[in-house]
Amino acid sequence: MRFAVPVFPGSNCDEDCAKAVREILDRPVDLVWYKNGNLDPYDAILLPGGFSYGDYLRTGALARFSPVMDAVAEAADRGKLVLGICNGFQVLLEAGLLPGAMRVNDHLKFRCSIQTLRVENNRLPFTGLYEEGEEIRLPIAHGEGNYYCDDGTLKGLEERGQIAFRYAGENPNGSVTGIAGITNREGNVLGLMPHPERAIYGWMGTDDGARLFRSMLRYWEGMHGAA
Amino acid sequence: MVRLEERMMADRVDRASENEPGPEEIRDRECFREVGLTAEEYGSIRDHLGRLPNWTELGIYSVMWSEHCSYKNSKPLLKRFPVEGPHVLQGPGEGAGALDIGDGQAVVFKIESHNHPTAVEPFQGAATGVGGIIRDVFSMGARPVALLNSLRFGSLSNPRVRYLFEQAVAGIAHYGNVVGIPTVGGEVEFDASYEGNPLVNAMCVGVLPHEDLQKGIAQGVGNPVIYVGSSTGRDGIHGATFASEELGEDSEEKRPSVQAGDPFMEKLLLEACMELVKKKILLGIQDMGAAGLTCSSAEMAAKGNTGMELDLDRVPQRETGMTPYEILLSESQERMLLVVEDGREGEVREVLDKWGLQSAVIGRVTGDGRYRVRQKGRIVADIPVKTLVDDAPVCYRKGEEPEYYRVNADRHPEEKWKECDPGEALRQVLASPNVASKRWVYQQYDHMVRTSTAVRPGSDAAVIVLDGLDKALAMSTDGNSRYVYLDPRQGGMAAVVEAARNVVCSGARPLGITDCLNFGSPEKPEVFWQLEEAVNGMSEACRHLGTPVVGGNVSLYNESKGTIHPTPVVGMVGLVESRRHITTQEFKREGDRIFLLGETLPELGGSELQLVLDQKVSGRPPRVDLEKESQLQRIILTAIQKGWVSSAHDCSSGGLAVTLAESAFGTHLGAKVHLRTKWDPLVMLFSESQSRAVLSVSPEHAEAFAGLAEAEGVLCAEIGEVCREYLTVEVNGQPAIDARVKDLRAIWEGAIPCAMNPFSTN
Repeated sequence: MRFAVPVFPGSNCDEDCAKAVREILDRPVDLVWYKNGNLDPYDAILLPGGFSYGDYLRTGALARFSPVMDAVAEAADRGKLVLGICNGFQVLLEAGLLPGAMRVNDHLKFRCSIQTLRVENNRLPFTGLYEEGEEIRLPIAHGEGNYYCDDGTLKGLEERGQIAFRYAGENPNGSVTGIAGITNREGNVLGLMPHPERAIYGWMGTDDGARLFRSMLRYWEGMHGAA
Repeated sequence: MVRLEERMMADRVDRASENEPGPEEIRDRECFREVGLTAEEYGSIRDHLGRLPNWTELGIYSVMWSEHCSYKNSKPLLKRFPVEGPHVLQGPGEGAGALDIGDGQAVVFKIESHNHPTAVEPFQGAATGVGGIIRDVFSMGARPVALLNSLRFGSLSNPRVRYLFEQAVAGIAHYGNVVGIPTVGGEVEFDASYEGNPLVNAMCVGVLPHEDLQKGIAQGVGNPVIYVGSSTGRDGIHGATFASEELGEDSEEKRPSVQAGDPFMEKLLLEACMELVKKKILLGIQDMGAAGLTCSSAEMAAKGNTGMELDLDRVPQRETGMTPYEILLSESQERMLLVVEDGREGEVREVLDKWGLQSAVIGRVTGDGRYRVRQKGRIVADIPVKTLVDDAPVCYRKGEEPEYYRVNADRHPEEKWKECDPGEALRQVLASPNVASKRWVYQQYDHMVRTSTAVRPGSDAAVIVLDGLDKALAMSTDGNSRYVYLDPRQGGMAAVVEAARNVVCSGARPLGITDCLNFGSPEKPEVFWQLEEAVNGMSEACRHLGTPVVGGNVSLYNESKGTIHPTPVVGMVGLVESRRHITTQEFKREGDRIFLLGETLPELGGSELQLVLDQKVSGRPPRVDLEKESQLQRIILTAIQKGWVSSAHDCSSGGLAVTLAESAFGTHLGAKVHLRTKWDPLVMLFSESQSRAVLSVSPEHAEAFAGLAEAEGVLCAEIGEVCREYLTVEVNGQPAIDARVKDLRAIWEGAIPCAMNPFSTN
């Protein structure tokens, strides 16, 4: 299973994502420059956190026009796994690969802390190794993680099991019904504000993020065999 | 006759604009005073040039000779710092200092102030302070891995102070978060003396393999000088001079002296420069920081024993009609100056293009020792470059012991507090913003990006692990300005030893420091006395601990409504030999034995308790015994390395009571403590005697640990054990504190959010 981490000008969690894949999954991973429009050699795409294009205009608003995003859309279409973390989630929303939009945190400040989340659906390619309803701890670090969608969209997300994670206890940004991460209808594209790549060893404060990467590998190997 | 000659010479170097005063007018109307130069300094400039300087040249000298760039008031004192050691790869004089950490790796670090800009425009002022220090570190070739800061503000009851604090923190957060460097530590103090003159000191730590170490020098006659990054605008003109004056009524009008930051551009610059370093293309690299293009280019030429010729028409500009004076003195942010071998411009261009950065060859290295600047084909400045850097005036000032220092010798604050209940005193001290949790601050900083933060903000020191190595770096910023005010020598020592103690409590061996000296006007003899005494104390402590000063910054003229407390800030870096040694301050296990190391004396001058009870400080601060301090640090580190220590927390602000409470806050644990002392309970619990720490040790190692302390001659008392939920303290068999840790924590965590939101009904 080969991973690609697209790098936009201003991405700053690209190395962290690649490190998680190398160290937790021991699988090949490449940083792919945003001008590269070909992601054919890869089985999974990790859109990293950071401030693509300085997040000027609106978070993720400029990155979605990069050539690599056409390739990401194509990969998503072909059923490859696409994971957008933090700014990556914002880019997926701007690109229309996930429904809804992101607003500034309701308290108007950037917030970095380890939060408790509830796994809402463990039948996704990204969550297979979690228990349904399990509470896990993952770090967040964002100024705009206040996810919003209209009531109709929310109802659809809930009915189709597209809500992967919700904040349990404190909602750190004011997102609709405490949503922390959602998938597309098909379940192969996940966007989440928390950073699983920052939670892969105990010394980081929590290693609950490691299972997210392991779930992806298990799912893919279940479909394609170990390769 | 001489005059006529001078005039003729001056005519060869052109006036750049009709709106500027000409050379004679500058002399006759004494225009040099407008740019902060004295008549004597103006005289030296005439001597150096052998003619009258024009306005552009005057501007160049004024910034290069400002305190900010030349350290003219502090240079004689800075020489007292120990700067050498077997592990020093780069001492003061470059963008940042560098220390060997073994395995062919080095740590590069520096702290710098951005006080004056923050006072007038807190968001951008603080943000650009962070930007500048990051560039200082990556201009050495190092990958920045961590940021820290040290902040001082007036009382949070003042709405203007709340605005400054809120905006400065937001600015620091914004810049570091966007660039993607974790802000892992820092400190904040509140005191009325900072009311109109807040302090923002930012520190950056980087790591590099030895062979990547860069220098800011211009070498090789004929080599191109390349400008990279943002275009030059009219922002920040005379920032360095502004930073070297007192803040006054008109400071608000100096907003244009404050630059605006673009952290996105910084991130691109950082990555591009890292690529250029790895490709080994660079001969010299320097940040355009204070005094902008002038300072970086002149310093590079002076350090390289060369000269430089610049053509200002080639400098990327974001405004039209800029004069040479404006272009040279602009402090527009996110700009770097590179010198590469002639013919390799294309390779540089290729890397910069990838990152979408503009660049231009704006000049050449020359061999004639001149700093020559052209615009529109005319020479607008022609100066012997060494006179800008090496011949900057030095002021030998004399200090004078202030009246308050003499008076304080007879003040003994603790005598009148006998009535006070220790439990209530603890609640009050925990609610003091100086002691209270700084979570409100550090939650706004991304402190986890780069996934190397092993000890996050809130413990004694932050710890960053190093990729591919078992080693880690511990780092801390410290400085108690109340101690320094009461006794600058003792306070200076305390800043160094406390920083070292913090690093040791995290499991590291202290390596070296960077310092930021924030003081008032050196022209006041009592302020100069504070500066001199503090430097002496710091130097002595650094010598004793074997931690050289490898770089730093001086910020004088911190005056608005009176002088600030003298505030030397120490940024200490230490090496953790193995990740297994990483230790935090929180209790870990019920049943662990609690030890108090060091001697408690009635030392409450400058203490947090004094501030809370008296609203002002007096007396003498705690004394530092350097021999005792190094013994203490030695046994803490030994015990940690032997694996005996569950938690370690140094005793500082708020004394033993606060140390115990903070050790309990990280977990659901508490402590049952019995103290035996000849002092009053309040003294025992709140004295801020130095060279003390609280450790929790697993029961099976308790005996060995006590034995180690005894063998090393460190006073060591087993004072209790870790238990659940409650903090109970008895002094000489009498109950002193009995509280639920949860309740104490609520006070401690709520204090700053509450103060920042006084109208909240929560």
